[in-house]
Amino acid sequence: MIEFISQPWPWYVAGPVIALVMFSLIYFGNSFGMSANFRNICSIMGAGKSCDFFDFDWKKQMWNLVFVVGTILGGVIASQFLMNNEVVAISDATIAELSSYGIENPGEGMLPKSIFSFESLLTAKGLIMIVLGGFLVGFGTRYAGGCTSGHAISGLSDLQPASLLAVIGFFIGGLAMTWLILPSVLTL
Amino acid sequence: MKYIKYLILGTVFGIVLTKAELISWFRIFEMFKFQAFHMYGVIGSAVVIGVIITRIIKATKMKSLSGDPIEMAPKTFSYPRYLIGGTIFGLGWALTGACPGPLFVQVGNGYLVMIVAIASGLFGTYVYGLVRNKLPH
Repeated sequence: MIEFISQPWPWYVAGPVIALVMFSLIYFGNSFGMSANFRNICSIMGAGKSCDFFDFDWKKQMWNLVFVVGTILGGVIASQFLMNNEVVAISDATIAELSSYGIENPGEGMLPKSIFSFESLLTAKGLIMIVLGGFLVGFGTRYAGGCTSGHAISGLSDLQPASLLAVIGFFIGGLAMTWLILPSVLTL
Repeated sequence: MKYIKYLILGTVFGIVLTKAELISWFRIFEMFKFQAFHMYGVIGSAVVIGVIITRIIKATKMKSLSGDPIEMAPKTFSYPRYLIGGTIFGLGWALTGACPGPLFVQVGNGYLVMIVAIASGLFGTYVYGLVRNKLPH
């Protein structure tokens, strides 16, 4: 059991667990949507004073904020106690390709440390990938009314055409970035 | 105490996102390059089971824990909102290698620089709030 837990979990374990998390939130009378918390946090920070989009009673969203605190805690627990393998087993093709862009030891750790570090915030590459990337995530999810949890999991589970269109959008953006733009950014 | 169940659920979600490497930038790159099945397996199996769960909830008119009817409001369909908004998010997803949930889990994993990405995401959401009346929806 311990041995299983400390190995990376396969997709057929992760997918069903995520579906059960979604079901639990629905059963508790809420919904599964992570990006809504960006709006909630904006509201907590007083954005409602300057923009009516954030002028709502965020305390009613407290359950979702507690859920976020749980996800951070889950990340701490998993990384501190449930991991024995620092290498993400990405495919050989991915390793070869990322190596060609100058990324050292692709798959070591969850993120390429040479890019996702405080020092790299002073470089164009780091600014684009961390700061601009974060901005697009925050802007795009709210524009689209949801992210992977709200549209790709919950919305598709409810067979919502709007969510299917949003997921198509996610892939248009993700494929354009990965295939057309990212090679230039990674080699900056 | 009524919030403890959300803390536990969030913790389970954070653990599974970490253990299945769903918070990995490398996995997102690999997914958009179609070089592995892993991410598609996770999202696909979650949706298949999610569809079954959602059908059962509706067919049995299941009540929530507090005894209220479970309502799933249909989303109003429109092209620009979901297509443009979705594409903008997709661009950011491939850059950071993370959607909103994983950004928080990455911080829990010790990648503290992602606090900057979260702050930038909050700013992005705020800017959307400022300009949303000028955008096609």
